[in-house]
Amino acid sequence: MNQSDFLKVVLPFKDKVFRLAKRLLVSTEEAEDATQELLFKLWRSKEKIADYKNVEAFAMTMTKNYCYDRLKSKQASNLTLVHSNYKEKETSLDKKIEHRDSVNQVHRLIEDLPEQQKIIIQLRDIEQYDFDEICKMVDMKPTAVRVALSRARKTIREALIKKHNYGVS
Amino acid sequence: MELANIEKLVQKYLDAETTLQEETTLRNYFTGGDVAPHLQEYEYMFNYFTISKDETYTKTIQLEPKKFKKKNLKWLSVAASVVLLFSVFVGKQQYDTHLQRQEAQRQFEQISKGLRLLSSNLQKGEQAVATLYTYENTVKKILK
Repeated sequence: MNQSDFLKVVLPFKDKVFRLAKRLLVSTEEAEDATQELLFKLWRSKEKIADYKNVEAFAMTMTKNYCYDRLKSKQASNLTLVHSNYKEKETSLDKKIEHRDSVNQVHRLIEDLPEQQKIIIQLRDIEQYDFDEICKMVDMKPTAVRVALSRARKTIREALIKKHNYGVS
Repeated sequence: MELANIEKLVQKYLDAETTLQEETTLRNYFTGGDVAPHLQEYEYMFNYFTISKDETYTKTIQLEPKKFKKKNLKWLSVAASVVLLFSVFVGKQQYDTHLQRQEAQRQFEQISKGLRLLSSNLQKGEQAVATLYTYENTVKKILK
């Protein structure tokens, strides 16, 4: 497998890797570093990649594990503390949207979810993978994935309703 | 899509029982703008999901430079071992000359000690000869 073949395989899902990394690591810089690192790891194991049926799912699993490791390492945990009270600046994208605050609210709500729910909601609601793929990526049973997803969706919805009503009354 | 149907789908959605297709229907409805007021929170959610998907990894993927770095490291270790070998070689030579010098110093000291001994003994003999001369001179004077 040469470089252009590799890029052909990798390019379709590099953004998904990046978004998942950003979901877990919060900061854009960290996520960029993680993406670069992961793609490089994939490149190094390029001989093995040919054997995998689903490189994308494999890459997502790697991303998940890599981000967990980063979060566990002391250095990264310091960083997350810093980033949790740092306001997300999603510049050009958000401007298009009328309800910018409410949309940002969703971002913060997802940030507050447990790691596992965060990953699952990222994979399902944003990347739109089907359940089989998600099960493979997070190494969980389908029912467990559904329960986690349902819980995450309900949590977000309830928090939004609470915030919204609070604003009205 | 009529509202009743959407409400049904929303319930399924919360229980995580919707298919991807049904979720696409919901997404289209909620990002379309014309949303029933009591379902507004879903509008925020689906809007957020949609814009989140637009975010891309803009940096170029680097595959070569790091490899180069690794190669460099290999060459660096070769260079380091050569330097080490060279320094050991030079050190050995220096040590050898140092040893030689020490040996020469020792020999020099031994020889000079021997010579000193010889010369002092010779001096003793000279003195004795000098007294003999004085003695002979006096004897000659008296005999004259």
